[in-house]
Amino acid sequence: MKWRILVPLVAVLALLGVLLVGLGLDSRELPSPLVGQPAPAFSLTALEDPETRLTEADFTGEVALVNVWATWCSTCRAEKPLLMELAEKGIPIHGINYRDERAAALRYLEISDDPYRTIAYDPDGDAGMEWGVYATPETYLLDADGVIRYKRTGPLSRELIREDVLPLIDELRAEQREATS
Amino acid sequence: MTGRFPRGFWRTATALPWLLVGWLLPAGLALALAIGEPGDFDSEAEREQYQRVIRELRCTVCQGETIHESNATLAGDMRRRVYEMTRDGQSAEAIVDFMVARYGDYVRYRPPLQANTALLWASPILLLLVGGVVWWQVVRGRRGTAARPTFTAEERAVLERLRRGD
Repeated sequence: MKWRILVPLVAVLALLGVLLVGLGLDSRELPSPLVGQPAPAFSLTALEDPETRLTEADFTGEVALVNVWATWCSTCRAEKPLLMELAEKGIPIHGINYRDERAAALRYLEISDDPYRTIAYDPDGDAGMEWGVYATPETYLLDADGVIRYKRTGPLSRELIREDVLPLIDELRAEQREATS
Repeated sequence: MTGRFPRGFWRTATALPWLLVGWLLPAGLALALAIGEPGDFDSEAEREQYQRVIRELRCTVCQGETIHESNATLAGDMRRRVYEMTRDGQSAEAIVDFMVARYGDYVRYRPPLQANTALLWASPILLLLVGGVVWWQVVRGRRGTAARPTFTAEERAVLERLRRGD
């Protein structure tokens, strides 16, 4: 008789446990297969100048962040103050302006802060597909060799920056110093 | 009769079918065209491959849909890429691998059978087994209760009295 109560009780508790864990998971966040891979190739024009061509080589050479953003993406706007803080710390941030309009993007950067060192203009989402972009903003951390070492789909947060991004940047910079000395 | 509906009710009511034909229908058509397949194909085999591959890839922003069904911008971009790669003469496997390399295994609408999806594939069978065991236990328990009752002499006497109606 004890089993008749105990077994369903344990089963129900186990199910509730699984559901509870499921509640905490973000189903939008998928592990990226690009972590550990070299920065995907692209060839786009610079946002500020349609005559200048940019490729993945313009993003690499030092430990840097690549941020995919658009003016229509309100989360990107909310995220930008954090990017400004990172830029002020001396961390290079490159941008991919994703499925946007050149004039709108330029005007947006004119009337607000601009944390980006270089910005590639990707109106058709071509580079976006190479980089596996599906939910802006997305942020990649490249090491000095241009290998993607971290990816965040969705906005960065102060906590993520403190716990993951900054420690990894320090680590990668130390790696770079070791490699060059 | 006129007091029962707000003024202008019947005018609106008679306008509804026209609204449907005049506005919703073209909107639906435009939508269908927007989702529709791009361009021409060189051969029937290419068309068939395109149609097959867009049903095998998941739209990563609208997770319950294939890129064939989805109306999202990203799904449109992915269909365009599938189209271009198909026209380029690439095989279905190459196109799916291309997407998996960028978006991960998740982009396959039917997950492949591998170590980290084994539980996913086995779960229907496991559930069936658990259900079977529970069912068997319940049936066995019932058979036990059905076999048990034999009345005592006293109970039989009472029943006999009841039947006779004393």
